[in-house]
Amino acid sequence: MSEQPQLLYKHRQVPGINTIDVWCQHGGYESFKKALAQEPDAIIEEAKVSGLRGRGGAGFPTHIKWNAVPKNRDVEHYLIINADEGEPGTAKDRDLMNGLPHLLVEGCLISMHAIRASKCYIYIRGEYIEPWKSVQKAINEAYAKGFCGKNVLGSGLDFDIYTHLGAGAYECGEESALMSSLMGERGMPRLKPPAAPLPMISGAWQRPSVVNNVETVSTMVPIIEMGGAKYAEIGYGSPRSRGTKLFSISGHVEKPGVYEIVLGTPFSEVLELCGGVRKGHTLKTYIPGGSSMGFAPPTPLDYPFDYEGIPANTKTLGLGSGGLIVFDETTPIVPITQRLVDFYHHESCGKCTPCREGLNWLHKIYERIMAGAGKESDVDLIWDICDSIRGKSFCALGEGAIWPVMTSLLLFRDEYLAYIRGGKDAMADLTTIGL
Amino acid sequence: MGKFTDADKARLDELVSRYPTKKAALLPSLWLAQEVYGGWLPLEAMDEVAGYLELPTADVQGVATFYTMYNKSPRGQHAIEICHNVSCMVLGAEQLIQHCERRLGISATGETTDDGVFTLARVECLGACCNAPAVQVGGSYYENVTPEQLDALIEKLKSAPSEVASPPQAQMAEMRKF
Repeated sequence: MSEQPQLLYKHRQVPGINTIDVWCQHGGYESFKKALAQEPDAIIEEAKVSGLRGRGGAGFPTHIKWNAVPKNRDVEHYLIINADEGEPGTAKDRDLMNGLPHLLVEGCLISMHAIRASKCYIYIRGEYIEPWKSVQKAINEAYAKGFCGKNVLGSGLDFDIYTHLGAGAYECGEESALMSSLMGERGMPRLKPPAAPLPMISGAWQRPSVVNNVETVSTMVPIIEMGGAKYAEIGYGSPRSRGTKLFSISGHVEKPGVYEIVLGTPFSEVLELCGGVRKGHTLKTYIPGGSSMGFAPPTPLDYPFDYEGIPANTKTLGLGSGGLIVFDETTPIVPITQRLVDFYHHESCGKCTPCREGLNWLHKIYERIMAGAGKESDVDLIWDICDSIRGKSFCALGEGAIWPVMTSLLLFRDEYLAYIRGGKDAMADLTTIGL
Repeated sequence: MGKFTDADKARLDELVSRYPTKKAALLPSLWLAQEVYGGWLPLEAMDEVAGYLELPTADVQGVATFYTMYNKSPRGQHAIEICHNVSCMVLGAEQLIQHCERRLGISATGETTDDGVFTLARVECLGACCNAPAVQVGGSYYENVTPEQLDALIEKLKSAPSEVASPPQAQMAEMRKF
């Protein structure tokens, strides 16, 4: 088994680690002090050397985002934290915010310094009342200790952090929709570059804004502590996938949970870490990084589980948010895919036609198949509709919605046909999921 | 006549002070209105928020109807919301929903029992995938829930005070002393 150093979760099990006193006893806020003693660009350089990429789903290099922010303080800059974790299968940010709220707050402070921001908004999804309380308490403690507020630690710089609760819209996890929502609007996406300026130039309230995932900014704490170069040495796979990543592993495994795993660890070892597929069962398929990534075939198993390894070895979109869902042989694929189609149909914001209409049609076709009235031509029709959404939707929601559908057809076309030909009688296995 | 008290208005002012524009305080203000108006947002609530934030009522309605957690009709004292997305689905969410539907005699489409105590709804991924199946009641999560545990929870809730599924605003204001 490969060694799994714990950088983010090193102190996860320490009693009281969610309080600032215990956090400081374990080296808390030392990274922030170290960062504050340096120029902002030095922090961006550390991020660059470390190879840090966004942990929220897209895997965009963090330093490029940060470097695009103007290097002056003429107008206010904003750091916006995406804690709108709603991707089915993803539960890592919730675990981090509940258990290690000061890791997030310290990460925010370091990142704010890097982009010369004086205000940070942590956008937490509305359902996450418990994580919100945990983070808000940590922020208050940080204010009381002088890590937040005006002229922090005599630096002459202000660091204000606010929490902002969403109200139940998956779409708000999309960067531009999240900013719309933060500004008090419907959570709909906006035009992206090159048709519009970069958010780093003109984002929330037309001011320079950076949107980062909870885990991305939290990872800056160990990066500053150990140095970017040392961080970049960690990793078993691609030279472009460095460090560790939180994975929330769910579904048919023996020990589901949130695990910090070194990027590039062979997938077979990832499975071993969570106890493997539940006893007496075999792997049918899995979703590597949240439902939008799509279904992966049960082989190969020995490939590096990282940003590059996953798309190269499975037909899925990739690592995504790190929400690994494992399905054993008892799983009926058609109703599972239907549930995902219904999810995206429900969450589509309605702005663009391919996503709004296409998902409505898919929703109806799946309903027909599950009612025992499907036609064999439906399989091709589903593919066609997906193809009409692919690359044509306004934001990534449409793309994410069709990928599980298309991969399920690629892997399990025969199962679809069996459902359609056999009518309701072929659906006996549905009892396993209560249908 | 609005329902906001002076204390509520002080909280609203504090919320507004966090953002560069008044409009940005809309989401938190709607949360507060939902709490003040007993767990849902009647038109008067949206009007009152619109008046306070100096926004057109249509804007406020547009936003309130976009987000699923702003309730557009009254709900029971306790809303039992069961996650039915895939991680929960493969580990018994449907069985749990059916059990609860039978037990309460209502459908999990947001129906409320005749006595007004329980509302039952299916919800999308709650982000508790690693402890599936998951149930949310008010601001609390219950994880790895079995039908027996759900029965016990229902019994307990019958005599418990209502917990509106919104952030406790009083606490929020209390927390922001800096």
